[in-house]
Amino acid sequence: MAKLKDLSKKQELLSGGHRACAGCAHPIAIRQILMAANMPVVIGCATGCLEVTTTIFPYTAWKVPFIHSAFENSAATVSGVETAYRALKKRGKLDKDIKFIALGGDGGTYDIGFQSLSGAMERGHNMIYICLDNGAYMNTGIQRSSATPKGAHTTTSPAGKVIPGKREFRKDMTSCMIAHNIPYIAQAVPSMWNDLVTKVQKAIAVDGPAFINILVPCRLGWGYPPEDTIEIGREAITSCYWPLYEVENGKYKITHAIKEKTSIADWMKKQVRFKHLFNPGNESILEEIQARIDQDWERLNELCKM
Amino acid sequence: MAKRVAMTGNEAMAEAMRQINPDVVAAYPITPATEIVQIFSSFVADGLIDTEFVNAESEHSAMSACIGSAAAGARTMTSTSSQGLGLMWEMLYIASGLRLPIVMAEVNRALSAPINIHCDHSDTMGARDAGWIQIFSENAQEAYDNMIQAVRIAERVLLPIMVTTDGFIISHGMETMELLSDDEVKGFIGEYKPQHSILDVEHPITVGAIDFTDYYFEHKRQQIEAMNTAIPHIVEIGKEFAQLSGRGYDLIEGYMLEDAKIAIVALGSTVGTARVVVDELRNKGIKAGLLKIRVFRPFPAKEIADVLQHVKTIAVMDRSDGVNGRGGPVFGEILAALYFLIERPIVVNYIYGLGGRDTDMKQIQDVYKYLKIVAAGGLLNDRPAEYLGVRE
Repeated sequence: MAKLKDLSKKQELLSGGHRACAGCAHPIAIRQILMAANMPVVIGCATGCLEVTTTIFPYTAWKVPFIHSAFENSAATVSGVETAYRALKKRGKLDKDIKFIALGGDGGTYDIGFQSLSGAMERGHNMIYICLDNGAYMNTGIQRSSATPKGAHTTTSPAGKVIPGKREFRKDMTSCMIAHNIPYIAQAVPSMWNDLVTKVQKAIAVDGPAFINILVPCRLGWGYPPEDTIEIGREAITSCYWPLYEVENGKYKITHAIKEKTSIADWMKKQVRFKHLFNPGNESILEEIQARIDQDWERLNELCKM
Repeated sequence: MAKRVAMTGNEAMAEAMRQINPDVVAAYPITPATEIVQIFSSFVADGLIDTEFVNAESEHSAMSACIGSAAAGARTMTSTSSQGLGLMWEMLYIASGLRLPIVMAEVNRALSAPINIHCDHSDTMGARDAGWIQIFSENAQEAYDNMIQAVRIAERVLLPIMVTTDGFIISHGMETMELLSDDEVKGFIGEYKPQHSILDVEHPITVGAIDFTDYYFEHKRQQIEAMNTAIPHIVEIGKEFAQLSGRGYDLIEGYMLEDAKIAIVALGSTVGTARVVVDELRNKGIKAGLLKIRVFRPFPAKEIADVLQHVKTIAVMDRSDGVNGRGGPVFGEILAALYFLIERPIVVNYIYGLGGRDTDMKQIQDVYKYLKIVAAGGLLNDRPAEYLGVRE
């Protein structure tokens, strides 16, 4: 359990002055991740919003070593860094303990970087892969990814006269990673800072690969006022759209109990990307989404009992 | 004391890698380069070396891991061929743009489609503008020697290097060759001291930042300059290697060129075949010559123009076609190199050996025959290239 008092004394490792949008959840998540680290870290990052807003040459917002090479290979790149670290340590050229964190957006994780992530996890590199999932290709202007929720309007799954936004349910990426049988997997949201920081600390403590899927609300792509980022994130949890849970050595655990489940339609209503679903005739889509969330939540609770 | 052995090109390259004992090798199997990493991984498994070996799940990830490793200041190597090089494409440019001295053993193989596992140069020629130094080997001995020199060159000029052999012809052909001792190789390559590393947590750096219109051009210009100025370093390291091994290396190698009236320009294994044909023609009193290009990137244009300027007719042998209506890539480069001469030789282009089509002495003899006709004032046809050994 992290303590706010302790965290407040830690050095900020992501400086201000970066060019993320007002209300963007990325820097909030990154500050929490870097605060959680109790040892030196090296960051790898896929191409995307986070990378382009924090590393505009000749500036960098990163006060820790950082590498970006391309879009689909954050995990592969960091697996090279981590291997070099082991090689140099073995040869007595390095004596520090360092932890490696690979970052990628949902496009870079669920879609184009899926293979390289899978490979890196299977090889067992001592690294944490953190997906910052904002549910679409926001950096290129809000295009559909396999993380985009059903019904959402994006610029490539537009709510048109015939087709009401994205027709498919999102990929359950966290489950895909659980199937890799790695020591630690979790879901988090920066709205629950203590939960997120604790999970990163657990992942750092693991000797081997870990995966954390963090929901990062995007005020631009989701369409809500920038000051609502934390609240929107909270409601993603209470509606069970993004349950907070972890799987530690195969054992499922819900880390934030839901006292009163809120309706998914209430959460969706606050976001422009779902606006069209509230037009007459689209009721069945909302029902379908709610049914899927209920079913997934039930399944997760069952898994926690095992 | 040099050790005389019989080895295939793949064995020779793997042996060079064993003696180099890099910090990290990240690779993915592909015919005909598979053996290199297969042999190398057995060196690791048997504890002969302590390299960390990454079994990547694709060539794209292999090159990505090499980039991460090299940015972390580790001496890093890989190996691939054909489609594997194709899958690495995106990362090749990033490796050179980030100025990372990665060394690659590349076995030349045709690109699909149609799928084909045999030799031509379409894979490496396609990567000719990816910002990598490219060194072509004529045989297993050169492949071995080039790999050892490549480490020094890459780390000196901070550019990645691919050393190539011809698929199956060199990679699987057994030859007698000489090996240096482990200590000699170790002494020659020295210890790698990287200028920067992302593992230096006390001095954090950002690698791979985004450049907008205000910096991209300057950074590219510096990279171009690194390639432009690599030539004397490659020459110097080649001379140093000659002192160690008795085998000298330059950018290009002329054979019977000094007084040649007709000449062939080639790269890789075909040079060996052409050399025999030149000997035959010389015995008949025909002034035939041969130019081997060892270093294709950076392209030694001035050096080539110097040795070819007096030749009357030249055939440029391309083992790939640009499929651009203007012949092969080596042809275009040679034309550009000769353009600034006041008296220019006549240059024709031959495309040969695609997809591993055997290139025998008869074919090379035919090329020289044609050069003789042209040199005597015979008519040139207006085709962009001649196609050697193809049914049409």
